[in-house]
Amino acid sequence: MMAREHLGEVLGRLCPLHALLDEAGHVTHAGPTLQKLRPDLAMPGRRFLELFELARPRAVDTMAGLVAAPGGLLRLRFRDAPRTAFKGQIVPLPGEGGAIVNLSFGISVLDAVRDHALTSADFSPTDLAIELLYLVEAKTAAMEASRSLNLRLQGAKIAAEEQAFTDTLTGLKNRRAADHVLRRLTGAGHPFALMHLDLDFFKAVNDSLGHAAGDHVLQRVARIMLAETRSYDTVARVGGDEFLLIFHRLTDRARLGEIAKRLIAGFEAPIAYGTQICRVSASIGIAFSDGQGGDDPADLLHRADLALYAAKRAGRGRARMFEPAMARREPGKGPAAARAACPEPRRQ
Amino acid sequence: MHGLINRAIQSFVCDTYGADCWRRATRRAGLGFTQFEAMLNYDDGQSRRLLAALGEVLGRDRAGMLEDLGTYLVSHPRTEALRRLLRFGGVTYVDFLHSLDDLPDRARLAVADLQLPALELREHASGRFSLACGPGLPGFGSVMTGILRAMADDYGALATIERERASADGAEVIAITLVETAFAAGRRFDLGASAR
Repeated sequence: MMAREHLGEVLGRLCPLHALLDEAGHVTHAGPTLQKLRPDLAMPGRRFLELFELARPRAVDTMAGLVAAPGGLLRLRFRDAPRTAFKGQIVPLPGEGGAIVNLSFGISVLDAVRDHALTSADFSPTDLAIELLYLVEAKTAAMEASRSLNLRLQGAKIAAEEQAFTDTLTGLKNRRAADHVLRRLTGAGHPFALMHLDLDFFKAVNDSLGHAAGDHVLQRVARIMLAETRSYDTVARVGGDEFLLIFHRLTDRARLGEIAKRLIAGFEAPIAYGTQICRVSASIGIAFSDGQGGDDPADLLHRADLALYAAKRAGRGRARMFEPAMARREPGKGPAAARAACPEPRRQ
Repeated sequence: MHGLINRAIQSFVCDTYGADCWRRATRRAGLGFTQFEAMLNYDDGQSRRLLAALGEVLGRDRAGMLEDLGTYLVSHPRTEALRRLLRFGGVTYVDFLHSLDDLPDRARLAVADLQLPALELREHASGRFSLACGPGLPGFGSVMTGILRAMADDYGALATIERERASADGAEVIAITLVETAFAAGRRFDLGASAR
């Protein structure tokens, strides 16, 4: 059998984190890296279990208990700070009593390397610790690059949504798009009509059948509006159940009245949702721009609002054209005020 | 070509010659954008056109420009993470040279779709090496030449590094002559200190 000091020397090169124990459980030799972790404390001569606290197996305080660890597997940490944790394996030395304990930092290698300023030379050349450190750094750098890409993509998505002209639920244009068209038309001096449409009894559908039913209704009325308008007209969803329809170069009151009537009739047809039936209607206010210039989009919207308010007051499911008298009666009140003034009756 | 490579070229040009130069080159190459994303893949043709445009904008030959890119990747503070990853290759410059055979595998371990040409180090006599860079990424030999020079400084080794020739199949060979391994102090490398 090899002399003990030679064994320690060989083991020191192969397993720099090992300790040789005598039969009483005292350290007789510590590998160079293990000793480096406690530079001010000579390990030889110390009781192994005074240096380390065992987490597995628990409550072991004798050498016999240590050697009897199932599979020789140990989980331990230094008793004093820094309390570096280790995985370990104990193997009894045949014939002579005593044992070899080999330690590894396991997953806590990152902390250990930092806490004890370890270098590549402190690890055995076959130890994967350096590769593990490499991998952690490489993956962290790659992850950071991916994360910053994700952040930029998220920012771009938000920006794109802000610039979008489409209402994602109905596929109609949105408020931004409607404002854009209104500005363009008033600026170009083309005649057009502006219809402000507000669904009636929609809240009742939402409340009694749920939002999915409400969404279904919105999609259905969107299709009806698209069917009743020309491809170059603009149909926009500008609120939960509010829509703006812009009829390019169409100011004929009779024709617009017909369109409004067809829209309302279309909306009032029962809408099946699963086994349920949804019933809604709409109130419509219509304002006109004669194309002579001088129309301001905000004024036009206000006039359409006043007409809508008048339609609501006259009972639901109606359309009203703007008349100057409306402005005198209800200065500055929009459909929100109209709704507040005429709460929707719940449909049975 | 992988975004990491394109992004490296972008950082190099912006940090060395300025963002204006970079924008001119991307316009000249007809890219239609100015920012490469490190974690996306790009068409090889875009990278080819970009390098050609850069040569024209900077008035430099491609090989010299790519060598400088290699030096930049190791020595610029912005690319400290990459220097650290290379230093994991070994404790000495010779260890590092021997670790180059594993470099493509190491790169793939970090970023699965990053394909680098095969590298093969040969030791001809004590202190005399050659590094064969396989085909697949034109100009990679020039970049490696710059990296090897800067890493010699990083380790404090004194070495001469010359690009020798490109073989018929597009492989490039770099000759390395190590004069002194501990010529200067070199830069520190703490295992436990992560980049930035």
